[in-house]
Parts: sequence; C-alpha cells; structure tokens
Amino acid sequence: MSAGNVPFLAIEGVHKFFGADHILRGIDLQVDKGEVICILGRSGSGKSTLLRTINALEPVSAGRIALNGELIGYHEKGDRLYPLGAVALARQRTKIGMVFQGFNLFPHMTVLENITMAPKMVLSVPAREAEEQARHFLEKVGMSDKASVYPTSLSGGQQQRVAIARSLAMKPELILFDEPTSALDPELVGEVLSVMQQLAADGMTMLVVTHELRFARDVSDVTVLMHNGRIEEMGPTKDVMSAPKTKAAQGFFASLN
Amino acid sequence: MKAQASTKPTIVAPQIFWGRRIAAAILLVIMGFAFKSMATNPRFEWDAVARYLFHPEILSGVVVTIELTALAMIIGVIGAVILALMRLSGNPVLVVMSTAYIWFFRGTPQLVQIIFWGFLGALYPDFVLGIPGTDVIFFTAPTSSVIGAFTAALLALGLNEAAYASEVVRAGILSVNFGQIEAAHSLGLTPSRAMRKIVLPQAMRVVIPPLGNAVIGMLKTTSLVSVIAGHDLLTNAQSIYNNTYEIIPLLLVASFWYLVMTTVLSVFQAWLERKFNKGVRRPPNLIIAMLKDRSLREQQSLAMQRSIAESNAASEVADVGR
Ligand SMILES: Nc1ncnc2c1ncn2[C@@H]1O[C@H](COP(=O)(O)OP(=O)(O)OP(=O)(O)O)[C@@H](O)[C@H]1O
Ligand SMILES: [Mg+2]
Repeated sequence: MSAGNVPFLAIEGVHKFFGADHILRGIDLQVDKGEVICILGRSGSGKSTLLRTINALEPVSAGRIALNGELIGYHEKGDRLYPLGAVALARQRTKIGMVFQGFNLFPHMTVLENITMAPKMVLSVPAREAEEQARHFLEKVGMSDKASVYPTSLSGGQQQRVAIARSLAMKPELILFDEPTSALDPELVGEVLSVMQQLAADGMTMLVVTHELRFARDVSDVTVLMHNGRIEEMGPTKDVMSAPKTKAAQGFFASLN
Repeated sequence: MKAQASTKPTIVAPQIFWGRRIAAAILLVIMGFAFKSMATNPRFEWDAVARYLFHPEILSGVVVTIELTALAMIIGVIGAVILALMRLSGNPVLVVMSTAYIWFFRGTPQLVQIIFWGFLGALYPDFVLGIPGTDVIFFTAPTSSVIGAFTAALLALGLNEAAYASEVVRAGILSVNFGQIEAAHSLGLTPSRAMRKIVLPQAMRVVIPPLGNAVIGMLKTTSLVSVIAGHDLLTNAQSIYNNTYEIIPLLLVASFWYLVMTTVLSVFQAWLERKFNKGVRRPPNLIIAMLKDRSLREQQSLAMQRSIAESNAASEVADVGR
C-alpha cells in the first residue's frame, strides 16, 4: 500500500525528557505492516514511554514519528514542528489502538457499550452496524456471552480481552500493547496471549511491551531490547533470544534466569 | 480417597442481631412518647396548623421557594462545572480567574451578596451596553428594570452556589482514574468528548450526594432573599404570624412543607444515585438483604439437599457398577 520508500511506521531520533530526566535518548525504529515487535527491557528503561509517544499520549521532546508518512502529533512548516490541535490529534489516534496494563474499561458502560461507543461517536458508524461489529469482535476474543454485563463483574483476563475488542472496533492500522498481561493472575495470562497470537496471525501490526518471553519467542518477528532510554539491541526475535550480541541484552536475559 | 457425602449438611445458622432489635424497640417507645406529648399539647395549636396548611399565601410561598431553588441550582451547577473545568484546564489565565471567583464568593457573606444584587440599582443606576472606552452605546436602561427583585435573588443565590459546587464538581472529576481519560484519548475522543462521555458520568457518582445536600440547603437559603424580594415559604409564614401572632403553628406549617420538599428531593436523589452507580461494585443494601435473607436461605438449603441427594445417588450407581 505505502509507496516503496515510505515505511509503515517510522520512529526517528526520538528524545523524551520529563523535566530534567532524559528518559528516551534517541530512538530509531522502523516497523513494517503486519510485523509483530516485542519490546523488552528492565523496569524504568522507557518502554512504556516509547509506546505512549507513538500515539502522542506523551509529546516527544525531539524527533519524529510517522505512520504511513503522516507525522504523528505535529505538523511541519518550514523546518519546525507545531503541535496538532485536539481534533486532528484525535483523528490520528483512531488509527492507533492501545491496550493498557490496567485494562481501563469504562465502568459505567456495559461491555457492548464500551466497544460501540468510540466507533459511533468518532467514526459515525450507525448504531446498528456498530453493534454488529462489536459482537463480531467479542466473538473473536471469546466474550460473546458477556455483551450486556458491566466490566466490574468480569475477571481480569476477560476485561483485557474486552479491551482488545474495544481497540479492534476502531479498525486501527496498528495496536500498541503495554504489558497487557502483567496485571493478571498466572492462570489468566494464557487466554489473553492466545487472543493476541490470533491477532498476529490475522496480520495485525503490533508493538508489544511484555515480560512474557514465551510469547515474544513464539509470536514476534522482531525483538527490541531497551536499556536506559536507548534501543541496545534489535533484530529477528530468534537471533536476539538465542544469541544476544550486546552486553545489555546478555545482562537482561541472564537476569531472568 | 472417596469424599464421604453426608445426608445432613452442616448449615450456617442465620445470624440474629439482638442489639439491633433491642435498639429498634427502645427507639419506637421514645418516638411514641414524643409523638403523644406533641399531639396532646394545646400550645402547639394544631387546629391553627390545619387552618394554614393549605393557605394560599403558604402555597404560593412553596411555589416561589421551589422556583428559586430550581433556577438557582441550575445556574449554580452550570457555573460550577464551568469553574471546575477552568480550574483543571491547566491554562493559567483560566485557573486564576476561577480561583479568584471561588475565593471571592465563598469569602463574603451570602446575605451581603444578596443585598448587593438587590440594591445594584442604587450603586449603578443605569444599565449600559456598549464598547468601553468609546462612545458607542447599544442599549441603556435603568438597572432596576433590567435586574428585578427576583432576578437579583436568583443571581445572588446561583452565583454563590456556583462557587461552592465547583469544588464538589472538581472533586468528582479528580476522582476519575486518569487511565480512563487516556483510554478515551487512545480511542480518538477529543478531550471535550472524553470529558462529557467518560469523565463527567463517572464523576456524577461522587458529586450527587454532596449536591443533594446543596439543593436541600438551598431550599432554606432561599428564605434569605426576604431582605430584597421575599414571598418564599418562610417569609410568607412570617408575614402571616406578624399579624396573627400564631408563631408556633405557622413555623410548623412551614416546616411541614420543607419536609415534604426534602422528602421528594431525597427520593429523586436515591433514584439518580442508582442510575449513576451502574457498573459499580458496592456493598449490598442491608435492609433489602435482610428482607431477602429468609427466602434466600430456604432456597439455598433446598439446593444443598438436592445436590447431596444427587451425589449420593451417583455414588450408589458407582458402587453398583463396581
Ligand atoms: N509522567 C512522568 N513524569 C515523570 N517521570 C516519568 C513519567 N513517566 C515515566 N517517568 C519516568 O521515566 C522512566 C521510564 O518510565 P517507563 O514507564 O517508560 O518505564 P518502563 O520501561 O515502562 O518500566 P516498567 O517495566 O516498570 O513499566 C522512569 O524512570 C519513570 O520514573
Ligand atoms: Mg511500563
């Protein structure tokens, strides 16, 4: 779809400061359509921050992020970047789904309303059609029988699967997952990972911050290892996992065993 | 190992709350005595109470009190939401404006504010609409004809309420988890849509009980406007007893109507709370639980016996099969 030399997602020289803290120190990353990328790294290495800059939940301090050649969060005039207005920013975010560690379902809406709300409100999908689609996605994540309940009555794994369906309902081009299983009891992790594995098999482009090495090995094409705000190692997952080249990556894998 | 199914399950005995029962009995007795003493005391002049209960002046006072309360609360709540959003906007100009407004209106006595609005005509005799600093004038009129007594009362009550209620609304907004806003943004909602669709409905849960308080307070605060306009319930009751000296019965009449209005409001509030508590897990309502308890226990015990019978039958079949 994209012209030969325009990458699907391009992250170039991204820096992020929180006050004086230099949290992202020059991130370069390119993602092709349909790729699944796992981001590994110690706590505090900037994984969540990187993910959040991609849909402009955090504004970058420097650098550029572009989806299909369209700059995210800014527009360019001359050699300067200007922040986008609220409406333009919201429109960009419809193309990028996000799944959070804490699910963040809307507790005052039923499961079905959680999923249909944004398509109806943001994409102006007619109510009838939005509901049909929502049921389709609920089936995909194995939650068809819970359409009319409120999220608090669901287990964590069920809530996360609904959150994934909610993301899918916006028909995003890319979904960001920030430790989607870290808040779950061990026996619930599998049900969420298998939904994600299915998504990957369907060709969804996914950036996944995770501590689940099994999942990374089985599902991801590329593994990125972050350390102190930098990408220390990046490559085909099987290479990075079986023979890490950098000290940082070797140290990270060693610390897990 | 084989689990031994006993025919008689160990059932948890229903708890009997002796303390509650005794307290309720004592309370009933005390209330009975209080009621009897009031009903039989001639100095309460119950016949006068009956005479004035539906007196036209009392009823029109009720209507004025309701009107003032409803309109002042509408001004107050709309103002409160605007002030709270300004305060939370992060825009320094708006934050300072909102903070200053709240500081001023909470910091000065309400009675002074009411008198100020009521006598605005004395301070600024002419109401002029034009461009300041130029001679361009679109409209001019005597202030007292633009802001009548009722409008002045409304402004005084509503603008004051906005200052107080804005803190309630702000607390409600802050009570909503920031993750909710991020989730809304990530789905492509603009900040204003996220506020309307996600944050405010959840804030309602926290905001309704104190706002219910505010409405009931407002019912009675409206009587302060007697200094500029009057004709609310309490003021009308007072103007009657100033002539007839039937002070106690008229105060009882006014209290009766305030209680009626408060009761209606409380029922409405309970309904609103149920509506906005959808999807929230909370402890069960004790009274309803108590009423349901007995029939529920019977069902549970039947279900237990049935399942024991079933598992016994199953194990017999298994034994036969062996
Ligand atoms: N909003 C913020 N304000 C200030 N500092 C922040 C903020 N968000 C993150 N940080 C800091 O940035 C650093 C990186 O945080 P980040 O959440 O990206 O780490 P992470 O790699 O996702 O870690 P974890 O595995 O624990 O989730 C941390 O030191 C954190 O304290
Ligand atoms: Mg993180």
